[in-house]
Amino acid sequence: MTSATTRLVLVGNGPVGHQFLETLVASGRADQFDITVFGEEPRAAYDRVHLTAWFETRSAEPLNMVAEGFYDHNQISVYSGRKITAVNRDKKTVSTDCGIEVAYDVLVLGTGSFPFVPPVPGHDRSNTFVYRTIEDLEAITTASLGGSVGTVVGGGLLGLEAAKALHDLGLKTHVVEFAPRLMAVQVDDGGGKLLRKKIEDLGVSVHTGKNTQQIIDGSEHTHKMCFADGEELETDLIVFSAGIRPQDELARQSGLDIGERGGISVNNYCQTSDPAIYAIGECALWGGRIFGLIAPGNEMARVAADHVLGGVEDKQFLGADMSTKLKLMGVDVASIGDAHANTPGAKCYTFIDEQTEVYKKLVVNEDASKLLGAVLIGDADDYGNLLQFALNGIELPEHPEAMILPSLDGSASVGLGVDALPESAQICSCNNVSKGDLCNAVAGGALTVGDLKSCTKAATTCGGCTALVGQVLNAELAKLGMEVNTDLCEHFPYTRQEIYHLVRVGGIKSFDELLAKHGKGHGCDICKPTAASILASCWNDYILQPEHAGLQDTNDRMLANMQKNGTYSIVPRVAGGEITPDKLIVLGEVGKKYKLYTKITGGQRIDLFGATVDQLPLIWKELVDAGFESGHAYGKSLRTVKSCVGSTWCRYGVQDSVGAAIDIENRYKGLRSPHKLKMAVSGCTRECAEAQSKDVGIIATEKGWNLYVCGNGGMKPRHADLFASDIDTETLIKYIDRFLMFYVRTADRLQRTSVWMDNLEGGLEYLQNVIINDSLGIAAELEAEMTHVIGTYQCEWKTTIENEDKVKMFRSFVNSNKGDDNVVFVQERGQIRPATDAERELGEDLIAVA
Amino acid sequence: MSWTAVCSLADIPPNAGVAALLNGKQVAIFNVAGEVFAVDNHDPFSGANVLSRGIVGSIDNDLVVASPIYKQHFALATGRCIEDESQSINAYSVRLEGDTVMLGLADQAAA
Repeated sequence: MTSATTRLVLVGNGPVGHQFLETLVASGRADQFDITVFGEEPRAAYDRVHLTAWFETRSAEPLNMVAEGFYDHNQISVYSGRKITAVNRDKKTVSTDCGIEVAYDVLVLGTGSFPFVPPVPGHDRSNTFVYRTIEDLEAITTASLGGSVGTVVGGGLLGLEAAKALHDLGLKTHVVEFAPRLMAVQVDDGGGKLLRKKIEDLGVSVHTGKNTQQIIDGSEHTHKMCFADGEELETDLIVFSAGIRPQDELARQSGLDIGERGGISVNNYCQTSDPAIYAIGECALWGGRIFGLIAPGNEMARVAADHVLGGVEDKQFLGADMSTKLKLMGVDVASIGDAHANTPGAKCYTFIDEQTEVYKKLVVNEDASKLLGAVLIGDADDYGNLLQFALNGIELPEHPEAMILPSLDGSASVGLGVDALPESAQICSCNNVSKGDLCNAVAGGALTVGDLKSCTKAATTCGGCTALVGQVLNAELAKLGMEVNTDLCEHFPYTRQEIYHLVRVGGIKSFDELLAKHGKGHGCDICKPTAASILASCWNDYILQPEHAGLQDTNDRMLANMQKNGTYSIVPRVAGGEITPDKLIVLGEVGKKYKLYTKITGGQRIDLFGATVDQLPLIWKELVDAGFESGHAYGKSLRTVKSCVGSTWCRYGVQDSVGAAIDIENRYKGLRSPHKLKMAVSGCTRECAEAQSKDVGIIATEKGWNLYVCGNGGMKPRHADLFASDIDTETLIKYIDRFLMFYVRTADRLQRTSVWMDNLEGGLEYLQNVIINDSLGIAAELEAEMTHVIGTYQCEWKTTIENEDKVKMFRSFVNSNKGDDNVVFVQERGQIRPATDAERELGEDLIAVA
Repeated sequence: MSWTAVCSLADIPPNAGVAALLNGKQVAIFNVAGEVFAVDNHDPFSGANVLSRGIVGSIDNDLVVASPIYKQHFALATGRCIEDESQSINAYSVRLEGDTVMLGLADQAAA
């Protein structure tokens, strides 16, 4: 067994190292290796690209990249917090700082890079930091409590991220850059100027062309930075983000070939000058270049893994495109290819709109037939299209400038037909998904953008390619001759969204009216409940009114949840999960009197099972008299707002989560929606209410609330996305009002919020624009519609038991007072449960209700 | 066949159903746009007596009721199960006399 295994040692447990391990495991041949991983940091691989997201939760867990059980299942030995001190190439062993020696057949170096700190006098004073690890962020956070001013040295990508972090920590923030503009590598002068203005508008001071000479004691703040031009800046903490240097120390010591300016030289297979040793990621030097982005690092990992496995796919690393698109402090910034027009003969087209603060530049070749590069600031929507032109050498249209000019006559801007792209065109560079991969997935049955995301991972990392993914999907579906029929059912040639608008705009108040005006036939169990839900969302009439009763789905029809034997369960509302002892006693007494089975639900309520139709109004009479109201557990509507105990009792809570949950539950109770809605409020970042698994999740922060949206549990669990941070209660409610109503308006039938958002072109960012920035100009309408729903709330059970005609609808038989003799129970663990067929046959110990 | 008065038309909500008990047998009676239909209340798929609580509608040209439990459809006029004919149910003769719903049961109903 051991003779055939290859001893593989990986030094460096970062994202790229982890990609290497995942590729090995995915090959199905990881068992041929005896794998040992050493990581210098105290934890296993985490997502360094989204390092700044640590501030959202101040917890390392969300950044973790290692699936539970990954190391155990694949028998990988992992040593975290262990440094390799030497590679002994003669003996083929590595030595650790704790004195052990491990032998290798194959050694992979994924040691990454370290932040460059300019060697100015005073750079090593206390309260100076770098921005690379979770420990760095923890230290910066702690230091921010003792100061009011923070300064970032370096105005590149990462420097601006760090500046955002300092700004969010409440510090007066400065960015000091040596070059004459921000993001000097990716952006030209014009773009840099606009970017600077936008960032200064956010309250961050930008100092360019500043050469720091020394750092000394300040008079009002901890440090004084002295610049070559004689100016000075006082600050309490300093974060250096002046570029990275490859971590090549081990390779140097062991005599591997190193580039003149650092970096471990590798060939196209990512092998170093010693064929038994590979180097991948930011420590590797290929073609004289270091690649400081995740996508090329991942590609190197895949190439090296393939080569270690014997070159099955004969992958080679042939360089990488360094184009990027990102949001820096809320500003869209994108850079493609030769952004500085360095190619001989290159020409530029530039568009500047100082009114809306947009800068766009195209760099084309001499005869303007090919796109060489581009810079986009303030509006990077064209990124996906332009990138494809540049990467695939696609012929430009006759007037390339039209691709960046705004369309004034309403015509669509000149885009790229996705048909023009070759199969090999990389659509999602983060996850290396080609157009061919997407086409195969569509041929294999993917019908929506959401399907494509889950089966190819395209558009799941930065999301920059979502629009393109959608275009490929539509083109492929059309090619396959699949006309996607979005009709609700045979009775209505419309989508749910269209029917919603027909009802809302046409003021339609009943299904019969809707059918007469826009449908045909008699309706069915698809369109009737859909219409019932839309009518309720719009007008909020009592759902058992004669014209509505026959439309209601199984559970809504009897305002209770039908179980397998035709009996019902009852869930009274227990807002926020808070309930008095007296009310608990009432539930116990009712359960006892009607011999119901009782169980605690996942939503902090109590479910009473086994009631027959005719018992429902009797039971509810007692519950309503005791102050309970309907819990709408039967509806596609708001279910519960779960809460933890919050600051009122908990030693760690920072806000009153129970009070907030009760207010929110009472605000939205009864709202009918395309699918059920669940919410939760946690009183601190420990998240005991599991808010991140809800459609709307709220987590208390010291400054207010973090709002998460579009999570769910169930068959396909999904974590919610952070939607807005540190907002006050008023803003929180405003956003939820708009969010819910926008969902009610636009989602498909039975579409949970997560799938709904995945299918919105632009996803989370689009949703934030609509809800927070009111990009569609509908926020006031959405709020007004919600106000109407809230103002017209009624407890459906109270209305029902107060009306004799309605109570009559709950008779078991229209012509008899008997009960259904088919309903029989047996005892189990001291309560009833439906009898099985075998128990019915046997006929012993049965409990009949009629 | 003997005809029995079951209820008045007004007892059945429009485009919906009620259950009736006749000689120990449960029948689901529907009022679709003023016309009445009667089929078994027993749902062969779940074994529960629930069809009277299903949603009525049309599939192609058949008027149907959907089981409220697993959503199979049964033709109101014939009892035919659209998804699985082997699970079809009984349909009964039913008519309106004025406002009274009359159900016709064979004198010895075949099982």
